[in-house]
Amino acid sequence: MTTADLYPTEPLKLWGKAKQLREQYYQNYASAHERGGLRWSGSAWALDAIPTAFGDDVYSLTGEPYAASVSHDRKFAKECMDSAEAYGFARDLCSYMRIYWGGMHLDKYAFGGKFPKPDFIFQTQICCSHSKWYQHVAQVEKVPQFYLDVGVGPFKELTTDRVEYVANQLHDGIAFIEKATGRKCDDERLIRAIRNEMRSTSRWADICALNKAKPAPLDEKTMYSLYVLATLHKSSQWCADFYDELYEEVKDRVARGIAAVPNERCRLMSDTQPPWAFLKIFRYLETYGAISIGSLYTFGLEGIWEEKPDGSWGGRTLPWEKGIEMKDRDTALRLYADWNLSKPQWQHFYNPQLKTEMMLRIVKEWGVDGVMLHLNRGCEGLSLGIMENRLGIAKAGVPIMTFEGNMGDEREFDEVRTQARVDAFMEQLGLRKKAA
Amino acid sequence: MITAGIDMGSRTVKVVLIDTAAAGAPSVKKTHLIFPGDLDGDAAADKAYDEALNSAGLKRDDVSSVFATGAGRVMVNFAKERVTEMSAGAKGVSYFYPTARTIVDVGAEEGRGIKTDGTGKAVDFAGNEKCAAGAGSFAEAMSRALQLTLKEFGDASLRSDKTIPMNAQCTVFAESEVVSLIHSSTPKEDIAKAVLDAVASRVCAMVRRVGIDKDVVLIGGMVHNAGFVQSLKTAMDIDEIKLPEFPEYVAALGCALLAAEAKH
Repeated sequence: MTTADLYPTEPLKLWGKAKQLREQYYQNYASAHERGGLRWSGSAWALDAIPTAFGDDVYSLTGEPYAASVSHDRKFAKECMDSAEAYGFARDLCSYMRIYWGGMHLDKYAFGGKFPKPDFIFQTQICCSHSKWYQHVAQVEKVPQFYLDVGVGPFKELTTDRVEYVANQLHDGIAFIEKATGRKCDDERLIRAIRNEMRSTSRWADICALNKAKPAPLDEKTMYSLYVLATLHKSSQWCADFYDELYEEVKDRVARGIAAVPNERCRLMSDTQPPWAFLKIFRYLETYGAISIGSLYTFGLEGIWEEKPDGSWGGRTLPWEKGIEMKDRDTALRLYADWNLSKPQWQHFYNPQLKTEMMLRIVKEWGVDGVMLHLNRGCEGLSLGIMENRLGIAKAGVPIMTFEGNMGDEREFDEVRTQARVDAFMEQLGLRKKAA
Repeated sequence: MITAGIDMGSRTVKVVLIDTAAAGAPSVKKTHLIFPGDLDGDAAADKAYDEALNSAGLKRDDVSSVFATGAGRVMVNFAKERVTEMSAGAKGVSYFYPTARTIVDVGAEEGRGIKTDGTGKAVDFAGNEKCAAGAGSFAEAMSRALQLTLKEFGDASLRSDKTIPMNAQCTVFAESEVVSLIHSSTPKEDIAKAVLDAVASRVCAMVRRVGIDKDVVLIGGMVHNAGFVQSLKTAMDIDEIKLPEFPEYVAALGCALLAAEAKH
């Protein structure tokens, strides 16, 4: 601890393991065919327990986290986007999609070698870009494709018919994969995969809830490297087990008062994907003693939440903890549909007010002093209604700032101007920086 | 006690010296502005500051504290503290108008809306991002296209009662629209009004993000453009926009006031 520090800090013990699991995931996908395995591609929101039911040697490449990884390499990201734009796609489309497409057209994989061709596409549709993204991939790679419509309305208005609509499509999805791969669905494996996904997503929410503690045991920049595992393969055993292990470590940090940012004086919340090539913005906040404790994005992109009896937000109770068992395929698929339809980050597609309410809940429960909204030109889906969110949060009397940028396309982010915005916001919050 | 505020803007360097020795409100002792001739910001800050001191008959040792603001504030090496344009603007406006709640600041490079709490503190703000369409440089580029000085440009717009919508969101495309209007023999005063209405519309949309509460004060170089002030009133649907005596010096004044407060 230095004299400026208010709390002790120490590195996360599982940091190295998280990075290793992520690296292994991308290598496994690339080398799947060498081991007689299968490859599929879809989004981080694809209901991946379904393909997982077809074997331990079925590997995915989820497009968004892959493109986010590429975004850290500004030169290669630009090369990919140039390639997509040269193909004729507009520059204002989803930057993740352009990066994925560009890599495919260049036949270059960010983790070495040629771009690995998927054997089939398995994708959900709620974001406006999702189906088009993989329709193009399927056409170029000449592989079969399946899309699952999950846009059935807000979770709080969920009906049995709506659950059945999604569950029936999951039955169709199983039939599609059987036809596309020639393999049979193993129901025992399916139920195990669904249970693992429920464990992963509920446990991630529990980990985020631990960040209500002051000082916060995790900062959002670190959380990005942890939540990503759920965007890769949340229905896997390794993912569910990792989050159990991580939960224990973070709980221990809270018990011992270990801070992510030792000079924590001010707690912020962000929104949407950050500009990945410029995560140093979070380190810049720390020079003021400000920490981003998370966001609805980090918490609810994959985390599954519920309101607890005391009114607070925490990880959703697992069905079997409530005595509900998944004994057959149909029951498992209905529970799986219901589980995913409660995803916090799907709710704002119906009404921005639903997102504002969740954001204000985070402000209150996590003790947030100010909100930073990234007006993300690279993601129409998660930016949908964001100015309505700004209005709602400002009306609630919470200090708020916005900055423009793009999660994947550095051409739309102005680092100096964003730092100037941060300076102004810090002043607004009463944190002034001394001249050197 | 003398304190100084320096506003290193994207086009000009403004210096304000204030004296807080006498009882009552601090008095403005000197205002000084230069257009730096080259890109050496450090030297420009020194030059502007020394010129201001010389013309006030003061030496650097006579000044107890210097605060800096503006896009180039990091280049003022001798500043004790650097504050943002939002804080400096809010503080400076409170000197002239303690009742101000909404500040519209339109300089060369940036336009911004600032909400204040009535004590000279900024509590919310919004600004234009990477586009100059809501800033003074946009109006300047368009006045060049019409071959008018900025003053002539603003005055010309007041002679027009036409409303011609400009569709372009960016300066480059807007200039193309202006050229098209020139080719179709549209009177210059109508084009000038169309341009200033467009700038006012962008600025107004930005200010609405923080809310428009009275009193509304306009600061920055665009205060001198009477046509813009009128367009902004219309866009904001208000009868009065207060215009401070030294509009381009408000942020520098705010800095000097913050420096004086910090000293106490």
